[in-house]
Order: sequence, then C-alpha cells, then structure tokens
Amino acid sequence: MASKVIMPKLSPTMEEGQIARWLKKEGDKVSTGEPLAEIDTDKATMEMQALANGVLRKILINEGESAPLGQLIAVIGDPNEDIESILSDAPAEQPKPAPEPAPEAPPPVQAAPQITKTDSGRLIASPLAARMAKDSGLDLRSINGSGPNGRIIKRDIEAALTQPRPAAIATATGYRDEPATQIRQTIAKRLVTSIGPVPHFFLTIDIEMDRAAEMRKNINALDPDLKISVNDIIIKVVAAALIKHPEVNASFQEKFIRYYEHADIGVAVAIEDGLITPVVRAADQKSLTQIAGEVRELAERARTKKLKPEEYTGATFSVSNLGMFGIDEFTAVINPPEGGILAIGAMTPKPVVRDNEIVIRQMMRVTMSCDHRVIDGATGAKFLQTFKKILENPLYLVV
Amino acid sequence: MPTLTIRDALNQAIREELARDEKVFIMGEEVAEYDGAYKVTRGLLKDFGPKRVIDTPITELGFAGLGVGAAMAGLRPIVEFMTFNFSILATDQIVNSAAKMLYMSGGQFNIPIVFRGPGGSAFQVSSQHSQALESWYAHFPGLKVVMPSTAADAKGLLKSAIRDDDPVIFIEQERMYGNKGEVPEDPDFTIPLGVADIKREGTDVTIVARSLMVPVALKAADKLQEQGVSCEVIDPRTIRPLDIGTIVESVKKTNRVVLAEESHPMCSVNAEISHEIMERAFDYLDAPVKRVSGVDVPMPYAKNLEDLVVPDVDRIVAAVREVAYLD
Amino acid sequence: MSKQSAAPPSRAGAEEQSSTGVIDAPPDLDNTQLERERDEAKERQKERLSRLKPDELIDLYRQMLLIRRFEEKAAEVYVAGKIGGFCHLYIGQEAVGVGAISALRKDDYVIGSYREHGQALAKGMSARSIMAELYGKATGCSKGKGGSMHMFDKELNFLGGHGIVGGQIPLATGTAFASKYQGTDQVTICFFGEAAVNQGAFHESLNMAQLWKLPCIYICENNQYGMGTSLKRAMSLQDIAQKGCGYEIAAEFVDGMDVLAVREAVERAVERGRKHHLPTLLEVRTYRFRGHSMSDPGKYRTQEEIEKYQQRDPIMLFAASLLEQKITDQQTLDKIDAEVHEIVEDSIRFAEESPFPAPEELYTDIYANPIDPAQNRTR
Repeated sequence: MASKVIMPKLSPTMEEGQIARWLKKEGDKVSTGEPLAEIDTDKATMEMQALANGVLRKILINEGESAPLGQLIAVIGDPNEDIESILSDAPAEQPKPAPEPAPEAPPPVQAAPQITKTDSGRLIASPLAARMAKDSGLDLRSINGSGPNGRIIKRDIEAALTQPRPAAIATATGYRDEPATQIRQTIAKRLVTSIGPVPHFFLTIDIEMDRAAEMRKNINALDPDLKISVNDIIIKVVAAALIKHPEVNASFQEKFIRYYEHADIGVAVAIEDGLITPVVRAADQKSLTQIAGEVRELAERARTKKLKPEEYTGATFSVSNLGMFGIDEFTAVINPPEGGILAIGAMTPKPVVRDNEIVIRQMMRVTMSCDHRVIDGATGAKFLQTFKKILENPLYLVV
Repeated sequence: MPTLTIRDALNQAIREELARDEKVFIMGEEVAEYDGAYKVTRGLLKDFGPKRVIDTPITELGFAGLGVGAAMAGLRPIVEFMTFNFSILATDQIVNSAAKMLYMSGGQFNIPIVFRGPGGSAFQVSSQHSQALESWYAHFPGLKVVMPSTAADAKGLLKSAIRDDDPVIFIEQERMYGNKGEVPEDPDFTIPLGVADIKREGTDVTIVARSLMVPVALKAADKLQEQGVSCEVIDPRTIRPLDIGTIVESVKKTNRVVLAEESHPMCSVNAEISHEIMERAFDYLDAPVKRVSGVDVPMPYAKNLEDLVVPDVDRIVAAVREVAYLD
Repeated sequence: MSKQSAAPPSRAGAEEQSSTGVIDAPPDLDNTQLERERDEAKERQKERLSRLKPDELIDLYRQMLLIRRFEEKAAEVYVAGKIGGFCHLYIGQEAVGVGAISALRKDDYVIGSYREHGQALAKGMSARSIMAELYGKATGCSKGKGGSMHMFDKELNFLGGHGIVGGQIPLATGTAFASKYQGTDQVTICFFGEAAVNQGAFHESLNMAQLWKLPCIYICENNQYGMGTSLKRAMSLQDIAQKGCGYEIAAEFVDGMDVLAVREAVERAVERGRKHHLPTLLEVRTYRFRGHSMSDPGKYRTQEEIEKYQQRDPIMLFAASLLEQKITDQQTLDKIDAEVHEIVEDSIRFAEESPFPAPEELYTDIYANPIDPAQNRTR
C-alpha cells in the first residue's frame, strides 16, 4: 500500500518547513530509515528519513518550496501502484491555515531531529543501546538510530552522551578541540572497560575556610542586599582554578578532547522531585555579585520548574554542595560530558595543628570526582591545590 | 618447541598414551598394516604390535560396539573412524550405548572411550564424504565432543580425551592434517577439556570459530584489522561441555558476535551458542548474533560449487562488517 | 563346527547339515512328535540328572521357580500400576537363563536384552534390587534410572539389559575382547532373541568374534516371535544355528525347555571359550507364555499353540523328572515354593517401602568426570 510522506514537525516551534533538498528523485527506491530530504525549519536544516519501503513515486513540494506541518509532500509506493486517490487528497497549492494532522501523520512531540520508528511506530534499539540509554537517563525517543531500519545502536548512544544536546539545547560558550592521543584513547578504553562509561576517581582535600568566611562577612557588610554565600565564593574560585588548569576544564569526546575557554559552572540544586544543575556561564569572567545574583535567580526558577533547557545544559564543570545538610564529606556523580564535579561538605570548626599548636579553624572537606578518561590523578590534584590555595587566601582572586 | 603437523601431533598423543597405559589400544579400519588411511597412526603397529593396534573389518557398528563393551570391562579403547561420515553407521552404539550406559546403570558402568577421526569438509569427495556431524553428537548428554584447530591443541586435547573416563567424540578436520604448529614435547602436556581458547584478542567484534573455521577467522581478523576493526577470535575447542562463559565474557566486551562453522545451519552448534548468548548477554548486544554456516545443501563435487559451500574469509569479513554497522 | 550331539534327535546336528549343504527348515512340532520326543528325552534326562548332585539340581529348580514367581508378581503389580513403561516377562524361558548361567563362573560376564529380569536373578542379583528397579526406586540395581530394560550389577558382572534389539551383541563381543586382551579366561554370555539375528549388529559381531577368536557365547533365545511377527514371516533362513556357518562359528541347536540340555550346551561353549578363546552360537528353542510385553494381547498366536508349549513348561517338566528319579519329594518342592513366594513378597515390600530417587539424582551419573567449564578456566 502506498504511504504518504508529510511535512514532519522537526522542532517544537516549527509551523511550516521548506524543502532544502530532495535526497531521492522520483522513481528511486527508498527504504525505511533512509534519508529522503533535507528540510529547513525555523531553527536548522534537518534530515527527514523515509518511514516506508518502496519507490518514491511522486514529489509534491519542490526544492525551495514550503509546506505547513502535516501536508502531503510526497508519496512512497510500489512501482505500479495506483496513487491517484492519495494524490487527490492533497490540498491544491493552498496550504490550510491551521494544519490538521493527516491520519497516518507521525506524532513527533519531542524537540528531536528525527524520531526513529519502524512502520508500526515501534521504537527499535539494540538491547545494549536500550540498556545504555536507561543507565544514562537518555530518552531513546530523542535519539536518531543509525543502524539498519533506524535501529538505535551503541554508537548513537555514545554520540548522544558525548555531544552537546542538539537544537534548542545550549552549548558551552567556546572551546578548542585537540585530537586525543593514542595513549589517551587507550587509557580511556581501558578505564571504561573497568568502571563504566565514565570512569570516575576521587580526590579529597581539607580546606581552611576562615578567610573566605571573613571575606564573605566583609563583603556582605558593604551592602546588606548583596547576600553573597560561601557557595558563591566557591563557584568563583572553582572558575578561577579551572582557567588556571584548562586540562581540567575539558571533556572526553572519544576521538578528541574538548578544552573549554570559559568555566561554565553547573550548580546542583535540589528540587522537589530530583536534582537539576543550572549553569552559571563564564563564571570566570563574572564578579561575585553577578554570580550570587545569577545563582539565586536560577535556583529560584529551578524550584518552580521554569528553567529553559539551555539554562541547565552545557556546563563544563559542576559543583554540588550538601554542607547545608551537615554532610561532612561525599562523592558526586559526574554529569557527562563534563570532566569533573566538586562535592562540597559542611564548614565546621575543627581542631587543627598550626605552627605546632592545636587551634580551632573553620574546616571544609571537598571531594572532586574526575573523569579519568580526561583527567589523571596528578592533574586533578594540582587543580585541587590551586583551588585550596585561592580559597584559603581569597585575595588571590583580585591579584 | 618442535613444529609438527596436526597429523603428527595426534600421532604423538596416541603414541604417548599407548606407552603410558596398557589398557589403551587403538582399533579401526586400516590403522595398523596400512599405517592409517590419513597416516595418523603411522608407525604404531611397528612400535606397539598387533595386540594394541588393531585393523578392523569395515564394520563400524560392530567395532564401535565392541569398543564400548571393552570399555565396560575396563579397557580404554581409541576407536578410529576412517572418516566421521562412517560413524553414522555406528551411532546406535555411540548414542544408545556409550552415551547412556553410566546413567542407565545408575552410575555403575562408565565408558572411557575415544571415537576419533577426520570430519568436516574434505576436498571434492561430494556429499557422503564431506560433512560436519558435531551437532549430532553434541546433542547428547553423556558424550563429550572435542574439535581441535591447532597442532598443540590436537595433542593436548587428545591426550586428555584418552585419559578421560567418559566417551569422547574427537573430530579432526580432514583438510587440516597438514597444518603445522609448535607442540610441547613434555609427555605430561595436556589441555583440559571444556576450556575455550582466545586465539586472538580484540575489542570490536567477537568471532566464535572451531576446527577449520579458526584459521579462516584469524585471516578474516587480519583483514578486518586493516579496515580498523579489532576482532577477538574464540575457539571453544570442546563443543560439549561448552565453555560458554568465555564466549559471553567476550561478547559483553565487544557487544557484537559472529559465529562461524562448517556445518549446516539447522540445529547447529552455533544455533545453540547463539541462544546462549541471547540468554546470557542480551543486554550487551548491539547487533543481532550473526551466523556464518556451511551453505544448506549437500556438498557438491564440482570445485567451484564446493568453494561456495564452505565459509571463507570474505563471508566472515562481510558478517563482521554487518554486525559492526560498517556497510 | 561343534562335534557335540546334544541337539534333540528331531534335529540334525549342525555338522551333519553343513556337510551336506542341505538346510532344513525347523519342522513344526505336532503331537506325535512331541510324545516321541518326550520318551526319548526321559532317557536322556535320567542320564543328565545323574551328572549333578541333588543339591545342585534342586537349586536349578529353585532358581527357575523364583524367576517364574517373580515375573508373575511383576505382572500383577504392573497391572496394578506400580510399574511403568515396558515390562517384558521371561515366563516360559526360565530354563534358558538358569541353565546357561549355571554353567558359568562368578566372574564371567552376562549381558542381555530388555527381557533380562530372569537372567539378572540367575546371575545372583537380589529380587529386592530388581523389583525396586521395576518400581523406579532409589534402591533399585540401577538407582531407578534404568527400569525394566536396564538391570545392571557391576559386582556380579551383569552388564545390563539393553533396549535396542541386537545392541548388546557388539557389547558382549567387546567384553570377550577385553578378557582376551587382559589375558583372563573369563567368558561372556550374550542373550538375545531370534529377531535380533536379522540385525547387522549380530552378523558384524559374529564375524569379529570368530576372526579374532573371542570367548563369547551367543545365546539366541528363539521364542519364535519377534514381538508379534512369527519367525517364518521375518527370516529367510529360519535355522538360526546355521547362521554360524557363515562365520565358521561353532553352533548348536538346544532344547530351551530343558534346563539341563541348556546347561550342558553352555558348558561345552564355556570350555571352548576358556581354553581356546573361541566363540559359540547357540540357538535355544524356547517359548514365551506371555505376550511380548505386558501391553501385548498376543492375538497373533492360537490358544492351542500356547497350550501345546505349556505342556512342555520347563519348570513342570523338571519337577516331574526330579520326582520321577526320586531326587526330591513333593514336600521339598512345596517348601521351595513357599520360600520363593516369601522372597518375592519380600521384594515387593522392599520396593514399596523404598524411596523414589531424590530429585538431585536427575543430574548425577551423566559423566564419570563431570566438567565445569567455568572452573576449568584458568584465566
């Protein structure tokens, strides 16, 4: 039976699409999952895949022309099949003002480039891909299957995990890619075999917080409205340390390693039904007051679930603070593809030895989770040393 | 280590075991005076005499059953089938007597016997003399089924088979008797039954191959390496009991698997391996398990047709590329 | 060929037949012939009885009666649903098993077909272990895994009942081979029915046995029916002893209703085996009074035919000779009957009370050297 090809919905806001290029001509054989045309949406040029097997019998919308969502743009069928009845259903040039979904219209609702489905509408994925997606919290419906018949396979999941989310989702503010050396790739492969897709390791350090706390008190004294938190200072210091250690402000991308120009810091915020990580963009370039204001505003909107996707994706490094819950020490799970995350414990007075004497200091224990594919032990340790040095002497921020 | 043909490695194994244990004897068609139809038993008559190295009439059911009876009375026979094609005549004694004796006697009569000889495809001998029968024998609890692919494996596994207290079907590949490899000289060198061997390590695709398919798979792996695909080649060596753990571990690592065998696909050993992988490594599969089997036809005589039947490097390469989603 | 003339006078000796090359089909037994045979047999019997001690004779009687009563009981409990599967009874053929095995040494091998309960008893296996096996109990001789067709006892060198017609014949050839190989003077008796003679295994085995001079005694129990098919309908040359000619194997025809005739024929075969490592083929003419198996109504035989043979019931005839020759008295025979009855009843009680095999037994005895690949891996 002949199948209708209709203008698909390829972005959340798309109302009509323009045919940029037909990848098949009339009379060509097509099979399910094969690219059929490139379509310009309001956002990007997207590939449209065939959802049926057969021959491309008729093209109704030529390259450069537009059609509203749901309009018949082509027909796929058997070579000798009568398709007149289908063609007669096509609107005569005049697009309908409000597009009505055709009976067989696929109902794509995600902001996904293309939805992988078989003729029956069933999503197909290899067992491994399905498991990987589940483990990493990916929605299979948002992934384009590159296997036969549109099957989602391992490499599609890996691509989805290592690449910034497409379309409306934000990316980090700037970066350079450098080829991953052979040894780096081997280390990556071995570690992944051992521990999972993101091989974590952990580094813990104690930090004396008296000066940072004092600085916070002094700044807040300048203006009662400022309300800078210790966490804001930590974000600023993390950003500064990341700029000093670009090898930590990086993510592993299989064949290359991406080094970011700026420190886009994800700040873990607990919300009613889970956790979200709004991003403070280019925290290295922002003042403490800017950071404090942004964090407060983002956290507020996170709790009311008003964050836009681009506000909670694309960080280069994250900070998670459970100090307010009295947690002394914990480890945090890296949000791929970021290279690391810093878990901040509570600030508490503790006896320490200074100049051979026991004194009481405000101590805080932080644990850094590192993606071992990109960060090695010594690299992470050096970063933490810098972090500690600045936090213990916040004047470094202005030096 | 000396380099031997598989034929001579087998000869060495039989020779050492005849010398080691008086209860061991070898019988079969042309094993003695003729020195073996495939020369595996060359020189044994001269060294061990007609009591231990016995020419039989062409009477496969008879001498297979005689061997089982002798095993019931405490001997450790090696029964040579000139080719395994002729073992079909003896299947009543192998299946109904040897395989089941221990069980139906409530554990009283074990059958320490080796049925050995060449099997699999030969060269241009048409349908009755060129076939792979391992799945028949692997079907039955009570039997052990072994198929070596290298000279060292041939020696080590045959010695283990002869020392084993159960009936062992030991299928040598007719085309491989002249293949050479290094073989340990130590008379105590054995390879335990039921242990697979990783013939080549790799990361992208697992190829499970046995007997003749092992060298073919290794060549395919070389070719694929040039194409950027790293293949792990696993030789189960023992078909029953099957070391499925080694195969599953590999598949969990590579996520893709190609199973190569000479035999017909219907109810084949690889059909079973495929099932086991599906059951034990389902969540690790990134592609359907792919089989490369002998073509599902009786073996033809004509060279060009025969070449189409037996899986070759190109078919394995194509299968690997398919599961790796490269084409 | 055999130099013996133990065959009944109605039959030409095997040697005579082979020298003339004339092969006579076995004559049908009619009543006049039976009467004549009976008179002649009495004379022979008197002479034979004198060769054994009274105790030995009475023991043969006891063994035959035990088999008869055991099989009758087996039939009874089979009908009551206590025994599953097939159950092939030995009733009518007792003289063959008892006579043949009585000529053996304890370490000689015996192997049979699926009609082997009686032979197992004659080899010395206990009624308890056989009945428990029929019940499928853990205390059975094969731990409940073999059943009626697969009785084994390694201690007694009873190498089993075997379920494939003729399948045991190459196995017996193998144990005989092993005896010769190991330099012992053990012999092997292989029992099989006349229908097995049509199997290739019979011919392949006889060929090897004579070729390699193996001490195997092939006893064909010719009960004249292969399941429901009479010999005449199934075999071109029905004189089974003659089949030995094809392999130059010494062969005799024996009256299977006469326990002493069987015993003497087997004694000659044993000597041939022990001293000269030579095989023997015995065709023992017998008759099963019951169907092929418990599920066989036996419609292919007339009542007259069965009654004719029942007049030659081997146990009845033997008891009559023992009484006639005053070797024993009726009181003793009655006492034996009571003893045998108690042995059989005891075997039933034992079987009833024994446990079924534990479920774990399902997975034992498959391999003598079980292999767990996971444990063998060294990596």
